[in-house]
Amino acid sequence: MAELPVTEEELIAKYGPHLNEAPPGGWNAGLEIDREVKTHCCFCGQQCGIKLKVKDEQVVGFEPWYEFPFNQGKLCPKGVKRYLQGAHPDRLLDPLERDPSSEGGFRPTTWDAALDRTVSEIKRIQGTYGKDAFAVLSGVSITNEKSYLMGKFARLGLQTANLDYNGRLCMVSAGAANKRALGMDRAPNPWSDIPLADVVFVAGSNVAECSPITTSYIWRARDRGAKLIVADPRVTPLARTADVFLGLKPGTDSALMGTILHILIVNDWLDHDFIANHTVDFEQAAEAVKNYTPEWGSQVCGVPKDRIIEAARLWGTSATGMLLHARGIEHHSKGVENVLSCINLGLATGKYGKPGSGVSTITGQGNGQGGREQGHKCDQLPGNRDISNPEHRAYIASVWGCDESEIPHKGLSAQEIVNAIHDGEIKGLLSICFNPLVSLPDTKHTAEALAKLEFYVPIDFFLSESAQYADVVLAGTLQEEDEGTTTSVEGRCIKINQAVRPPGNARKDWEIILDIARRMGRGRYFEFEDTEDIFNEMKVASHGGTADYFGMTWDRIEDEFGIFWPCPEEGHPGTPRLYEGGQFAHPDGKARFVGVPYREAAEVVDDEYPIWLTTGRVVSQYLSGTQTRRIGPLVEQYPEPLCEMHPRLAEQLGVTSGDIVEVSSRRGSMSLPARVVESIRPDTVFIPYHWAGTKAANQLTNRALDPVSKIPEYKVSAVRVAKGEGHTKIYDRRVTTLQEKGQSS
Amino acid sequence: MNHLIQGKMFVIDQSRCIGCEACVQSCEECGTHRGQSLIHLEFVDRGASTQTAPMVCMHCEDPTCANVCPADAIKQNEDGVVQSALKPRCIGCSNCVNACPFGVPKYFALPDQMMKCDMCYDRTSVGLAPMCASVCPSQALWFGAPEEFAETRRGDLIHEYRFGNQLVPTKVATVVDDRTFGPIDVMGEPGGQRWQDDPFGLEEV
Repeated sequence: MAELPVTEEELIAKYGPHLNEAPPGGWNAGLEIDREVKTHCCFCGQQCGIKLKVKDEQVVGFEPWYEFPFNQGKLCPKGVKRYLQGAHPDRLLDPLERDPSSEGGFRPTTWDAALDRTVSEIKRIQGTYGKDAFAVLSGVSITNEKSYLMGKFARLGLQTANLDYNGRLCMVSAGAANKRALGMDRAPNPWSDIPLADVVFVAGSNVAECSPITTSYIWRARDRGAKLIVADPRVTPLARTADVFLGLKPGTDSALMGTILHILIVNDWLDHDFIANHTVDFEQAAEAVKNYTPEWGSQVCGVPKDRIIEAARLWGTSATGMLLHARGIEHHSKGVENVLSCINLGLATGKYGKPGSGVSTITGQGNGQGGREQGHKCDQLPGNRDISNPEHRAYIASVWGCDESEIPHKGLSAQEIVNAIHDGEIKGLLSICFNPLVSLPDTKHTAEALAKLEFYVPIDFFLSESAQYADVVLAGTLQEEDEGTTTSVEGRCIKINQAVRPPGNARKDWEIILDIARRMGRGRYFEFEDTEDIFNEMKVASHGGTADYFGMTWDRIEDEFGIFWPCPEEGHPGTPRLYEGGQFAHPDGKARFVGVPYREAAEVVDDEYPIWLTTGRVVSQYLSGTQTRRIGPLVEQYPEPLCEMHPRLAEQLGVTSGDIVEVSSRRGSMSLPARVVESIRPDTVFIPYHWAGTKAANQLTNRALDPVSKIPEYKVSAVRVAKGEGHTKIYDRRVTTLQEKGQSS
Repeated sequence: MNHLIQGKMFVIDQSRCIGCEACVQSCEECGTHRGQSLIHLEFVDRGASTQTAPMVCMHCEDPTCANVCPADAIKQNEDGVVQSALKPRCIGCSNCVNACPFGVPKYFALPDQMMKCDMCYDRTSVGLAPMCASVCPSQALWFGAPEEFAETRRGDLIHEYRFGNQLVPTKVATVVDDRTFGPIDVMGEPGGQRWQDDPFGLEEV
């Protein structure tokens, strides 16, 4: 609804981000505790096991959970300090209503008033403009149960087709490519396969900072003698140790993979039996790369050709191998093609369906894997079912007890929903677990869209930058305040346990949703007593789909440290490794090669914008930072975005570390300190994206979408970089003594 | 000297460090550290590389910090673990901070005391891993039995360091490629480089 209710400064003064520095009760509070709760980290897709310490009904610390097999006690700094999001001064304790005359622009209200207003606005907007004019944006840092509920709520509770989720910004390119090539959307391997690989190929993944626990798996392989190949425009902390480093130009991933396939074919480093017996269309893939010689690849990617040949040799001649990829190749207007070009390398060398072999995405968000299966994606129904498939629709209608015609058809994807809001086609929005103002590309466009909404109601625990635009804010729950399940990067469904109750008048998210559904007159579809009730309906809805949870129970999930889907019937052990014996999920059991001709990014550098920009994460922050920018010790690690650039570029610009630089693209510009490092290509700059307002990297990024997955192209923009006004001392406590001592002596 | 505590040893493999600071964050969560992080983590030279170096107390056989303490406040347990300064004795002079060859002890104005890595003595003395080695995602910091190291990890272990003419034997080990090169000469030149000399092939492409 229009502009912010009060100034940004007033909003921040009241609602933060403020910093929580120490546990409630002080540093000694954790010495004598009431209980420890075995659960999982609330952040990324690794979903590390952790024990939360509870005293006086507050989380006061953590203890490593050594018995949980995935991480065996290991945690990144976000996992260590995640407990500081509880007992936080910024925590929303009541539903809020926009009120420019109140301090901070909002006033607390009652649940009855907040829900009545919400429902009357939904009815007004849908009555005036049609059902689809009210959209729902969901997220995948929420449990499977809530993901399932949000899908059903949008379709049956609000009867809108326009439901999508922020997994759209995460692994949809991988999901779409896996479905097309292999017939199923899941990481093909349990992580225990990584140590069994003879070669590990990391493509477009800053494993050390975005999925830190995975580094230990890679080192276990290397301890056995495995070789490591890394393809990245930056020498990331893991890349630094690689056997072969391919420092490619942003946006050239499919050219690199195509060149490697070309080299595999020329040298006959192929598994002919596997290709013949378990795949189709190899010729198409070969045809697409027939001119992709090492010389061509070297020129397009900007990587020495000997290194590409060596990478191909290692991949092609090793008996086993794992290729791990992430947003670095997926956040592209050709993200699906990039992933397909990786899958081609796995299929050509028979690296599927056996120990130590596979091509796998590293899912980013906490429930990135599970969330997308339960049906809150605009094109999917529960069980990874297709919303346009009549049989799939009929089955879900039978589970939901509705007529098939009551289930809306495919709606818009996340970025398209925001575009439609901007265009005036969508007038109302309910969101949960999504901070589009920080996480979507082209911040100015997103802000304009939010300001055009006639009614916006987010469910959130903190007032995120997007929620500042809200008319009503519904105070929901942190992960540790409810229970349920998530499905980790490996396809392992695990149990999230409740540690504490929601504080103040905050309520559990699913209870809020049920209340809205009832007030919409749709309560008959939402008769759930508790979260386990939702799980039990969800697993029936998943039954017969590819992501089949039917055989799982909460007890088994806890007892067995998680269960890998598919688990189609009671007593089924689950399926850690997919495609055993080369049996793929397509009806004929065969995988598809797909020809991937290389094409350029949606935006390429030119005289006006001559530098590549790529964006990503730092280890101490998580996604849009709604939680991690409120945790003092994490902010201390990396307080503000820095623009990484190579000394050659810095010299051309007359810039040294700490100088303010102005970075501009066709969407906008921002000023920030430069950090001059030799660990990035000279033609590329890098800015992490976790911050809001003038510090948002997404002010610069491009809304171009992959035509299939609809993922935005965060990883490639063309920018201009110029020396700006001023200089600041770069704060990084890891650069405290050695260098400064060296400089001062 | 005895390199074990409760049958386990502490090992640092700097090459695996990813600079994530999980160790720094978890150190202050240890029951005896009361919100103070006692580990050090620094870039070697961020301009040139992402290489970081985590530094726990090496628990020297003959600890320099204790030797230079005028108040006799720094004690070594029977198992060789060197403790933080005893609060009643510590005069906050920082002799230890200046003298430690590894730069480990930290002086805190509040509570006017030197505190240092004590290998999470509340944990290790009862068989638990120290916080830093428990959480370390890349296991650059490692705590376990010698047999387990031999079976699962590569590299040799070094327990001796040469600072000019001073040879310092320690309880904590550093992983090296080949121990036949003898004690680590911390003032020596870095070893041979490979692609790291020119990561982006600027001299080639």
